[in-house]
Amino acid sequence: MACNSDTAALMHKVLDEIADEKDKQDLTLHLQSCLECREHFEELKRTIAIVQSASRVKAPENFKKSVMARLPREKRRPAVRRWLQTHPVVAAAALFLIFMTGYLFQIWHAPQEVAVMGEGHVVKGSDIVIVPEDVVINGDLIVHNSDVRIEGKVKGDVTVINGRQYMASAGQVTGQIKEVNEILGWIWYQIKHLFTGLVSLHEIRGFSL
Amino acid sequence: MEDLVQRVIKRVRKGDQQAFGELIDLYQHKVYQICFRMVGNRQEAEDLGQEAFLRAYLNIDSYDSSKKFSSWLFRIATNLSIDRLRKKKPDYHLDAEIAGSEGLTMYSRLAADGDLPEDQVVSLELQETIQEEIMQLPPKYRSAIIMKYIEDLSLKEIGEVLNIPVPTVKTRIHRGREALRKRLRHV
Repeated sequence: MACNSDTAALMHKVLDEIADEKDKQDLTLHLQSCLECREHFEELKRTIAIVQSASRVKAPENFKKSVMARLPREKRRPAVRRWLQTHPVVAAAALFLIFMTGYLFQIWHAPQEVAVMGEGHVVKGSDIVIVPEDVVINGDLIVHNSDVRIEGKVKGDVTVINGRQYMASAGQVTGQIKEVNEILGWIWYQIKHLFTGLVSLHEIRGFSL
Repeated sequence: MEDLVQRVIKRVRKGDQQAFGELIDLYQHKVYQICFRMVGNRQEAEDLGQEAFLRAYLNIDSYDSSKKFSSWLFRIATNLSIDRLRKKKPDYHLDAEIAGSEGLTMYSRLAADGDLPEDQVVSLELQETIQEEIMQLPPKYRSAIIMKYIEDLSLKEIGEVLNIPVPTVKTRIHRGREALRKRLRHV
C-alpha cells in the first residue's frame, strides 16, 4: 500500500465502529483523493459482507440427546426432588397416606377404650366392657378394642370397634347396634363420622348466622 | 436472559441434569457453529461440541458466575477446537485448496453484483468457499473472526472468550480481515 499505515489503522477503526466523527471525515477525505486506499477499503468491506453471509449452521437433531447420554449418572437426590416438584399433589397424597396408615394402625391396636356419650357408667374388665344390669346409659356407647356385654340398658347407639357385643336379652338397646371388625369398615365408619360431624357443624353455623 | 441462565446454573451445580439440558437447548447451535467454523468438518464439529458441553458439565464448579456463561462455554469449545487442529495432519489444508478455482468465478460474480444484501440467498458453492477461506486463517485470527462476524460478539466479549485483552482482539481481527481480503481480492 502506498499510503502510510495510519490510513489502514483508520480503516479498521471505522470497521470496528469505534471511530469518531473526525476519524470518519479524515478517512473520507483521503479516500476521495487516493484510489488505492479506496479499493483497499472497498475490498475490506466486501470481505466482511462475504464472511457475514456465511450461513448459520445448526447442531444436528440428536445433539442434545447425545450429550445427555454422555453425562455421568445423576445422583438420586435431585431426581427425587424434581419428581416431587413436578408432582406436588401426588407427593402430598402419598405423604398423607403414609401418615394416615401409620396413625390408623396405631389406634387400631391401641388398648381398650370406652366412650360413654351421656349419663351412666360401665364396668371395665381386662378384655370386656360390661353394662351392669341396674345401669341405664342415656346416650351412645362406643367401645374400642374390647367385647361388650350389655346387661342393663342403652338409650342410644352401641358401636363396637374390633370386638363383639353380647346381650342378655333383646330390646335393651334403643338405637342401632354396630360392630366394626374390619379395618376398612372402621375407616369407613371414621369417614362417615367425620362427614356427619362436618355437616352438623355446618348446620349449627347456619342457624347461628 | 443472563439472570435466567444463572438460575439454571445453580440447579446444575446441585446435580440437576435436566437443568443442564436447558443450557444445551440455549447454546447448542452456537457451540456447534464455533466448532464447525474452527475445524471445517461437521462430524468433528459434532464431536467437539459434545465434548465442550460435557466438560462444561464436569467443571461447572470452576465457572465464575460474575462472567457471562456463554463466554466461558465458547472458550471451552474454541480451545478444544484449537487442540484438535494441532493434532491434525498438515495435509488437511491442501484438500481445501482444490475447490479454489470455483471460488474464483464466484468472487468475480460477486464483484459484479457489488455488496451482498443481507437477505441474499448465498449459493452452496459460495458457502463452501467462505469456509475454505476461513480455514486458511491461522487459528488465532480464525477464532477472532468467527466470534466477530459469525457469532456477532462484541470486542469485549471476544476478549472474554479468548481470554485476551481488547487491544489484542482488535489486532487479531484486523490481521484476519487483511488476510481474508488478500485471498478474496482476486478479481
